[in-house]
Amino acid sequence: MPVSVSSSKLIYGVLKDSGIRIVSALPETWLVHLIRMAEDDPEMTLVRLAKEEEGVGISAGAHLAGVKSAMLMQNHGFLASVNGIVSCAQLYRIPLLMLISARGTFGERDPWQTEGGGVTEHVLEALRIPFDRLESQDEVARKISKAQTLAYAASRPVALLLGRDLMWEEAS
Amino acid sequence: MMRRIDAMQAVYGQLEDCAVVTIMGAVAAELQSLGHQKNFFYLQHAMGLASSMGLGIALARPEIKVVVFDGDGSLLMNLGGLTTLARYRPRNLVHVVFDNESLLSVGGFPTATSTGSDLAAIAKGAGVPRVSTVRALDEFKAEFAAAKSSNDLTTIVAKVEAVGPSGYVTDLALLENRYQFARHLKDIQK
Repeated sequence: MPVSVSSSKLIYGVLKDSGIRIVSALPETWLVHLIRMAEDDPEMTLVRLAKEEEGVGISAGAHLAGVKSAMLMQNHGFLASVNGIVSCAQLYRIPLLMLISARGTFGERDPWQTEGGGVTEHVLEALRIPFDRLESQDEVARKISKAQTLAYAASRPVALLLGRDLMWEEAS
Repeated sequence: MMRRIDAMQAVYGQLEDCAVVTIMGAVAAELQSLGHQKNFFYLQHAMGLASSMGLGIALARPEIKVVVFDGDGSLLMNLGGLTTLARYRPRNLVHVVFDNESLLSVGGFPTATSTGSDLAAIAKGAGVPRVSTVRALDEFKAEFAAAKSSNDLTTIVAKVEAVGPSGYVTDLALLENRYQFARHLKDIQK
C-alpha cells in the first residue's frame, strides 16, 4: 500500500512531541500508519471510534481534564462530526486539533470520495474553522505547531488537511 | 416509578468526589436546582456526546471517578459510542441513563424505548460489563453505590417519570461552567 510511511512517521513524531497523549481515529487508508503508530506507542492512548463525532466529545473531555489530544479522520468523518464540532467544541471553546485526510482531491481514483472532496474546505470555511493544507514534509512540523498555537490561543477547533502529495506515494 | 430529580437527590451526596457530566435540558436544570457544584459539567447541546466526554475524562484522568447522567434520547443518538465505551472499559466511569421514554425537553415525543427498545440490553450487547435496570429510588441508590465501588464500567438504566422542570435556562453561563469545571479538575490533580 503506497501510503507514505515517512510522512506518517514525521506527523506522528510532531504530534507526540507536542504533548498529545490521546488520539481518536476511525480507519482510513491514508491514516493506517498513523493509527498503527499510535496503537504501538505505550505512551499514547488510541481510541478507535464507531463514528467520528464521538471523537469530539472524547477530545473535549480530555481537554477539560487537562490532557492534549488530536482527532485523525477522513474528510467524510469531519462531515459526520459537524454538530459535535459546533455544539460541543465551538460552543464550549475547546481547542480541538483535527487532522483530516483530504480525499476526493486531484488525483482521486475512488469515485465515492469525490463529493466530499469538493465540499470539505467550504464547510470548514462556513464553520469559521481555521485550516491549512499539509502537502509536503518540510511544512509538517511548522504547520502543526502553528495550528496548535492558534487552537490554544483562541480556544477553538483548527484543522489540517492532509494532502495526497504528502500521504500517498504513487507506485512508479 | 421514580422521578429523575428524586433519583439525583438520592445520590447527590455520592457525587462529591466525582467528575459529573450531564446531558442538556431537564437533567442539567434539575441537577443545578439541587445545588450546582464545581465538579458538575452540563453539556447543554451536542446530544449524545455526554458519554463520549465522560470517556475522554475517564481516560485522561483514571484517578478520578466519572459519572455521566445520560438520557434515552441522547443515548439513542450515540449508540455507537456505547460500543466505544465498552471497548475501552474505563473502570472509573459510572454511566447512568435516565429513561423517561420521551424527548421531554423538546415536547415529550416518545422515543424508541417507549415501544420496546431496551437500552440495558443494548449496553450489555455492546459489551458493558456491569448493566442494570432500576425502577425504584432505593434500588437506584444501592446500584449507584455498588457501581461506584465496583471499579468497573457500569451502565444503570433508571426508568423515570416523564416529568421535568418548568424551564431549562439557568443563571450559570455555559462558559462559566466550562472554565470552572476544568479549573477544578486541574486543582485536584496531584
